[in-house]
Amino acid sequence: MRRQFESPIVLLGARLLSPYIMVFGWYVIIHGHYSPGGGFQGGALLAASVLLIRVAGGRRVARLQIQEFATTPLAIIGVVIYFATGLVSMAMGGYFLDYSALPIPGMDPAWLRYTGILIIEVGIGLAVMAILVMIYDNMVRGEDYD
Amino acid sequence: MKAFKVLILALFAGILIYAASDLPFRGDPDNLMHAEESITGTPVKGNYFIQNAYRDTRTPNMVTVVLGDYRSIDTFGEQVVIYTAGLITLLVLRKTRRRRK
Repeated sequence: MRRQFESPIVLLGARLLSPYIMVFGWYVIIHGHYSPGGGFQGGALLAASVLLIRVAGGRRVARLQIQEFATTPLAIIGVVIYFATGLVSMAMGGYFLDYSALPIPGMDPAWLRYTGILIIEVGIGLAVMAILVMIYDNMVRGEDYD
Repeated sequence: MKAFKVLILALFAGILIYAASDLPFRGDPDNLMHAEESITGTPVKGNYFIQNAYRDTRTPNMVTVVLGDYRSIDTFGEQVVIYTAGLITLLVLRKTRRRRK
């Protein structure tokens, strides 16, 4: 295997670019009600911003951002957010994933559905980001980078 | 042999062009998929989604409404699918350090 070394220029460029990609990913998730986008696309953008640091900096730098053991719990949290939204609305007397039964006071059913869609999009985004980062981590685990 | 491949490709392209000439025109309001009732007399779901998506959820993006509200169990299934894919990579690709005797 060829010897690898750190490049400060590449790392600086990745550090400059990564926060903007992450902000744009959250924008795609949150603004999915009004423009093309949603949980899957925004989650892929969030994963791109995390993976850019991992590719450019190696394991030692990436440990500062999202650690390797944190990806599996994040994926589980994302799935549980979605499932718990459906389960809460079922426990409050509606159907499964019927957001108009969510227990948020002071909203009519249309705005409750709006809020429910927003909650599940955030859950999907978290799960997609964590799973893509987890796949990358598991694939490069045996390699001799860093 | 090369002429045979070219012939196969040309034949396939001919079949596709012939099939595409029978497609309905885009945006034609008389299309079957834009009708309120299908041929068998049942209501078409897409018509309901187009008419009532904004009134039900106050969300202008109709695709988000269909993915997140009307067909949300399908989206939940997709999320479980990619979650399973992540777990499979965890099981298959992660190298465990095995003590060698």
